Amino acid sequence: MTGLQVVFLLIGAVTLASAVMVVAAKRVMHAALWLILALVGVAAAYATLEASFFAVMQVAVYVGAIAILIIFAAMLTRRSMEDDPARLNKGWPAALLAAGGLLAGLVYLFSRWTGFSSPARALPEGGENIAALGLALTAPEGFLVPFEVASLLLVAAMIGAIYVAGDLRK
Amino acid sequence: MIPLSWYLIFAACLFCIGLFGVLARKNAVTILMGIELMLNAVNINLLAFWRYLWAPKADGQVFVAIVIVAAAAEAAVGLALIISAYRRRQTVNANEMDMLKG
Repeated sequence: MTGLQVVFLLIGAVTLASAVMVVAAKRVMHAALWLILALVGVAAAYATLEASFFAVMQVAVYVGAIAILIIFAAMLTRRSMEDDPARLNKGWPAALLAAGGLLAGLVYLFSRWTGFSSPARALPEGGENIAALGLALTAPEGFLVPFEVASLLLVAAMIGAIYVAGDLRK
Repeated sequence: MIPLSWYLIFAACLFCIGLFGVLARKNAVTILMGIELMLNAVNINLLAFWRYLWAPKADGQVFVAIVIVAAAAEAAVGLALIISAYRRRQTVNANEMDMLKG
């Protein structure tokens, strides 16, 4: 076992443990803090894939923006759940069965797939090619239309979030 | 080198933990956290397949970029909805958000 594999196993263990804590934590605030650790672990997993751009994007977008958003929402709505001791709804055994069944099915599919052992492709000198990604996102023969649709989606989501969350009666 | 299978099994575990959170938790904010975990698992899969089967072409990374955009939009709108519902009903319990029930 190489050093990189040991590092990956550590990252995976920390990430999965904090993901379990997100689901199991009693207080929403604690769940949000565990979520930040899980997101950092995912960023580290991206780094082991040599996708350094997305590791940085993960920290900036998820740990930076989305985690702050979730913490604000948790703080704004904190009072309502504190007197309710049960954090799981009544159907949680069925949910556990569904999640466990999906995991078992996925592992069964993986065990029958032969592409598992394919070695990693060679990256060019200096790691991943960010310039190629930028060109692919903005070239008309590449992914210009999905890129513009994604920008439109972001604008629509921003306006919608302001409209829904803002108190417009005042 | 880390085998591709490790990434896939890691992502599958993360996805299933997130799915359990979405299905089982009462608090709407925690349900959104479960959705974020599921989206992250998808991104790990996409990046792993890009790295092992598609690099150095950039196509696989474009998917990840667009999934991150969609996740940001989803988080913003979802949390706005939760705050709006909290303002009207003083609750974030998903079982009590039944205004649309016939």
